[in-house]
Amino acid sequence: MRLHLKVWRQRDADDRGAMASYDVDDASPDMSFLELLDVLNEKLTVEGEEPVAFDHDCREGICGACSMVIDGQPHGPEKATTTCQLHMRHFSDGDTITVEPFRAGAFPVVKDLVVDRGAFDRIIAAGGYISAPTGSAPDAHAVPVPKDQADRAFTAAACIGCGACVAACPNGSASLFLGAKITHLGELPQGQPERNSRVLAMVDEHDAAGFGGCTNTGECAVACPKEIPLDVISQLNRDYLAARKARRRSA
Amino acid sequence: MSYADFTLGAPVADAAAPDGPIETRWERRRFGVKLVNPANKRKMHVIVVGTGLAGGSASATLAELGYRVSSFCYQDSPRRAHSIAAQGGINAAKNYRNDGDSVHRLFYDTVKGGDFRARESNVHRLAEISRQIIDQCVAQGVPFAREYGGLLDNRSFGGAQVSRTFYARGQTGQQLLLGAYQALERQVDAGGVTMYPRHEMLELIVVDGHARGIVARDLITGETRSHLADAVVLASGGYGNVFFLSTNAKGCNVTASWRAHRKGALFANPCFTQIHPTCIPVSGDHQSKLTLMSESLRNDGRVWVPERKGDDRDPNLIPEAERDYFLERQYPAFGNLVPRDIASRAAKNVCDEGRGVGPGGLGVFLDFAEVIGRLGRPAVEAKYGNLFQMYQRITGEDPYQVPMRIYPAVHYTMGGLWVDYDLQSTIPGLFVVGEANFSDHGANRLGASALMQGLADGYFVLPSTIGDYLATAKHEPVDPDHPAVRAAEDDVAQRIDTLLSIRGTRTVDSFHRELGHLMWEHCGMERTEAGLRKALDRIPELRKEFWETVLVPGTGVELNQSLERAGRVGDFFELAELMCLDALHRNESCGGHFRAESQTPDGEAARDDENFSYAAAWEFTGRGEAPVLHKEDLTFEYVAPTQRSYK
Ligand SMILES: Cc1cc2nc3c(=O)[nH]c(=O)nc-3n(C[C@H](O)[C@H](O)[C@H](O)COP(=O)(O)OP(=O)(O)OC[C@H]3O[C@@H](n4cnc5c(N)ncnc54)[C@H](O)[C@@H]3O)c2cc1C
Ligand code: SF4
Ligand code: FES
Repeated sequence: MRLHLKVWRQRDADDRGAMASYDVDDASPDMSFLELLDVLNEKLTVEGEEPVAFDHDCREGICGACSMVIDGQPHGPEKATTTCQLHMRHFSDGDTITVEPFRAGAFPVVKDLVVDRGAFDRIIAAGGYISAPTGSAPDAHAVPVPKDQADRAFTAAACIGCGACVAACPNGSASLFLGAKITHLGELPQGQPERNSRVLAMVDEHDAAGFGGCTNTGECAVACPKEIPLDVISQLNRDYLAARKARRRSA
Repeated sequence: MSYADFTLGAPVADAAAPDGPIETRWERRRFGVKLVNPANKRKMHVIVVGTGLAGGSASATLAELGYRVSSFCYQDSPRRAHSIAAQGGINAAKNYRNDGDSVHRLFYDTVKGGDFRARESNVHRLAEISRQIIDQCVAQGVPFAREYGGLLDNRSFGGAQVSRTFYARGQTGQQLLLGAYQALERQVDAGGVTMYPRHEMLELIVVDGHARGIVARDLITGETRSHLADAVVLASGGYGNVFFLSTNAKGCNVTASWRAHRKGALFANPCFTQIHPTCIPVSGDHQSKLTLMSESLRNDGRVWVPERKGDDRDPNLIPEAERDYFLERQYPAFGNLVPRDIASRAAKNVCDEGRGVGPGGLGVFLDFAEVIGRLGRPAVEAKYGNLFQMYQRITGEDPYQVPMRIYPAVHYTMGGLWVDYDLQSTIPGLFVVGEANFSDHGANRLGASALMQGLADGYFVLPSTIGDYLATAKHEPVDPDHPAVRAAEDDVAQRIDTLLSIRGTRTVDSFHRELGHLMWEHCGMERTEAGLRKALDRIPELRKEFWETVLVPGTGVELNQSLERAGRVGDFFELAELMCLDALHRNESCGGHFRAESQTPDGEAARDDENFSYAAAWEFTGRGEAPVLHKEDLTFEYVAPTQRSYK
């Protein structure tokens, strides 16, 4: 396959950045999108140009490192697929493909296609956990969890923290990411004691980090490679309102 | 003197393990460790390199105990450590199924599965702690699979005869890691842990014989600087990427361990690598990594190749009589469920005979037609739906219609830095946890046991044992201008300068691919003296070429991914040589190490306990210089060594 790539190049956070055009003449339909970039980078290196920087690690759709907007869509055109799992057989010979970083106010570009998603860690640090210091746990069977609850918790816990939801959102909101963690921990009996404090602290941190508010466009769930359902956001809103009410009552 | 002319040094002994009845050794060791006064813990600083299951759980727990922790990872977030990719599950001797499991049985299975090349004391402790791990993870909110009654579900894994594997669909590693990561972030928020993401450790700092810090590079700015502490913990994972193609994440590397090895830490059993039988085969020269298909598929899939060489008909058109279900034929008792090393080698053999399928003849079929016929497609979909989807996404083929194609791939490394029972290396103050150490799996790791070991080390073992060192060592702060600190910083700066100034003609990846290919050919599934000698001749040549002609673009004061890779590959070259030497010297077959010269008349691995019942711990003497071998003798008091048989 012959492909034309238009790739965002930006030296560092302060650089303005611009699109650059490259051709790859020997792509194979069996390659993943990242392998296509590997081929491009090998070529650039030998030709004395700087290779394109991009985040990646597991290359099997689970670490959440890869993060590119391909032809205008975070992680590209395939449903429920991360960039590293996207294969070139979904493109056609002669295609022109644009590649840009995940853009959002809270995700500053570091270089080329690499962005800083540290704000996600800060949201988790603010309250995205159950306090269970090592050694303090009762037997695992002390608290049974109904299967449907456990399954719902799992579905939400499948989030890989990639940030595609933020990149897809016209407001740059991280509500899907946030709702996924709220739902995961809130579905479980172990998560109840901190349920209110968790949601208040995480929402505060979300807003402080510069993520926008949710206006229900639903773009996030379309882009999400792990198909996190939109109703985690409803859960987030319900928990948030309940927690605010509880706080007012105790104040 | 050539590299292969190693010398034999003094034996190395595990001085930290208590003796006496094995069931009470851990209890007695925990009672024996000196405790650090809570007020002093706040003044003590521990560096943890790595945020996978081992490092993440260790950092969180040490901070909970009151130590000051600095935690490092090369990814942009600690949540992305390679542990995230583990699929199948985690073992624990809970015996919730009442099917005869017990601590002793898990201990027994692990010692036997490791082909009698692991320490009994360590393995027993691992089996004991396995139960607490599940409790801990459930309390953190890890969403393990449950049954309708609300209790935890279990499955049998990797041919175990009991159901002791806990799992969270096909994403067990992810869910366990998120549990540890969340506990870690909680401590970041509380001020106990300072997190350094996108930082790579490039050197260990040893002052007066004790590990006192690291030199790390900030991968965004390129700044390298030293970080000083009272003790250093390496939790930097395995080195399977020396083969270039493996199931490991692209960034997995040996640099942290290798730098410590160069500073005096012994490296044990480097040749013990695990090759996993069910991976998706290579599709072309562009291949950058290999994807594992969960072992659980072998519970229902049947492995076969065509009877006839070069038979390239559509598999569905090959009649039953012209198929060779080679595992069922060779191992009637275990069939498709034989252990990983045996299944891998059997697949290699039929491919070597020219009966492999798919591109290059490097693949065998894993066929679900029989189970789909028996249980119906919906039942198979419920069990394996996500795996079938993943396969289809990568290969473009529908496994409900045509058999999957699979081939073995490098997956895990049992070898690693030598540690004693306290998980302390031969450098005082340097502790090693998780896949980076050599301790518990002997010559072969059982499925679902790496996650168990990582969390046992990080949550429970290290936080106890490191206290003994810290309470005894009572260090003065290190002067940042101490000559040892300056020297370590200078070494790092010089190495980076060298890599950037060569400006040769060949890319880092092209060297890495060639090295990987060499290792796969000669130090992979089957090893021979001739092959290993060939590799030992070629590696130094290739390494020399690397240091003369590698092309690393860009500068050192920016995000430079080529430079990161170049440093890692530079260390892989040195490790590769040691792996080949270790494989050459171990003239026996055991676990994942198959020496063609040491096999039974029917082609099975022949262990040689008389000559090789030891862990081989190697001492570094200089790049390309013959190393020194220190043996740790292994004795078996509780599980009598037997030859494995799966016929
Ligand atoms: C595809 C796959 C599936 C698996 N499935 C299972 C399974 O089902 N059950 C099971 O028990 N085991 C499984 N394993 C094995 C298991 O996942 C690993 O052995 C285990 O997770 C290793 O954990 P760790 O904490 O030791 O290291 P890792 O998780 O590899 O973490 C290493 C850490 O060290 C950091 N690091 C490395 N080098 C440096 C450096 N120089 N400087 C700074 N930081 C550094 C990394 O950033 C990372 O944070 C699987 C492995 C693979 C590849
Ligand atoms: S919710 Fe989906 S898109 Fe957002 S971070 Fe999680 S996995 Fe990525
Ligand atoms: S590289 Fe890990 S999800 Fe894509």
